[in-house]
Amino acid sequence: MIELHGIKKRFGEQVVLDGVDFTVHDGETVALMGPSGTGKSVLLKHINGLIRPDAGTILVDGQNVALLKRAALAELRTTIGYVFQNGALFDSLNVYENIRLGLSDPAKYNDSAFSRQRVAECLRLVNLAPEVGSKFPAQLSGGMRKRVGIARAIAGSPKYLLYDEPTSGLDPVNSDIIDSLVKRLAEELRVTSVMVTHDVRGAFRVADRLALLSDGRIVLQGTPAEFRASTNENVRAFLERDFETPEAA
Amino acid sequence: MAVQDTVMPTPLPGLFRLVGRVILGALSHFGRFSLMCVEIVRGLADWRAWFPRTITEVANIGAGSLLIVVVISAFAGAVTAFQSGYQWQTSLPYYVLGTLIVSTVVLELGPVLVGLVLAGRIGARYAAELGTMRVTEQIDALESLGRSPASHLIIPRVLAGFIVVPILTTIANVIAVLAGWWSVKQVLPLTNQDFAYGAQYFYRPFDGYYSVIKAFFFGGAIALISCYMGFNTKQGAEGVGRSTTAAVVASSVVLLLLNALLARVLLN
Repeated sequence: MIELHGIKKRFGEQVVLDGVDFTVHDGETVALMGPSGTGKSVLLKHINGLIRPDAGTILVDGQNVALLKRAALAELRTTIGYVFQNGALFDSLNVYENIRLGLSDPAKYNDSAFSRQRVAECLRLVNLAPEVGSKFPAQLSGGMRKRVGIARAIAGSPKYLLYDEPTSGLDPVNSDIIDSLVKRLAEELRVTSVMVTHDVRGAFRVADRLALLSDGRIVLQGTPAEFRASTNENVRAFLERDFETPEAA
Repeated sequence: MAVQDTVMPTPLPGLFRLVGRVILGALSHFGRFSLMCVEIVRGLADWRAWFPRTITEVANIGAGSLLIVVVISAFAGAVTAFQSGYQWQTSLPYYVLGTLIVSTVVLELGPVLVGLVLAGRIGARYAAELGTMRVTEQIDALESLGRSPASHLIIPRVLAGFIVVPILTTIANVIAVLAGWWSVKQVLPLTNQDFAYGAQYFYRPFDGYYSVIKAFFFGGAIALISCYMGFNTKQGAEGVGRSTTAAVVASSVVLLLLNALLARVLLN
């Protein structure tokens, strides 16, 4: 379970997070929405300790992330897969080596037979052919990079998956593919997922619950139905801006 | 006519602010550099991560820099010889030229010239590589995988700097002396025996060690400074450009400071 209580963060004079309370229960997929530049990615990076808060508490499985020592934080991070906005693939390594780096257990990483089998499995899970393993990131399309980024994040069989704008910069077809992938991985791997996005349509398709971040605070957390029914000014403004929400199944 | 009270702006607060900002900036750099050094020491335990990457780095920067080092050292040796010939006083025996060329190259020209060239070549490369990795979140990705950026990225580069620069300096010394030997024979009637005699007459083994010790410190300084600059890059492509320039300038300045310091400490 991921719990954030009263998270505050400022960069210089700019207040980005101003007392964020946010909870993700085990097994659910939560979409964290909000307009660009509202600190969604900053909030996500707090969860795995890439950014430390100025104030507040972040608990992952009961462990206070901001207070963890180096080794304990590294250990915790092996349970949290992080999918970066632009893939953040290592340019100098091919796809196989990129995904292999996701194997956090040194014994498994150094076992070449296991590595080969696990990388092939991860490529299959993200709908990529095994031959992609020999390509370098520069030879991949935007959608493929995102999928390799996801494959790397799941290679170590994490308990949590954090997605930072997984569909940004993609055309609608590729966005739908990634959304379906997020949904399928949550079901097949039984991971707890947090997806940062400003793609409202995708968020409604994928998430069990939604949260809207605005002006440094979570304005509303709830199910898609609760979001549709909300009369909150910020929620209405955000939702009505770009879509007709797909009707609940 | 009413007299208006006017508050004259005093220049002191502005000056204090500027001085304060400079001091804070310097302390911040010192703090972050120290933290990086601590991370390097901690990361040494993870030898499985840094050892193979160090070999790759040594091969990359060593082989990649060899040609430019050979060319520069050959011309430096030749020019030293030509200038010695130009300034030569006939009252001195020719073998002194061997001493002059060998001492100039080994004590100063070899390590400093190679150091400055590599500050540009290796320094720019390291800062740009790590800076790009920082702004494209590759370093964050490494951390998020529970892996240490120090073990994977910094230690291999720093060790490669410590290893490669002394080796390249030794090669440069040999090339420069040979080029100087050949060149001086083109302008003065010096025999091989004269040159060899002069080269050995005043040469002390410590001169060679001094050259390698200097190169060792230069290599470490170039790699550490460049990695620090690259690792702390901010603000996209412009930031990478700024880090790269800063890495080359800072490495070159520190290299010259170290040169003076080591000469004072080791040659007295």
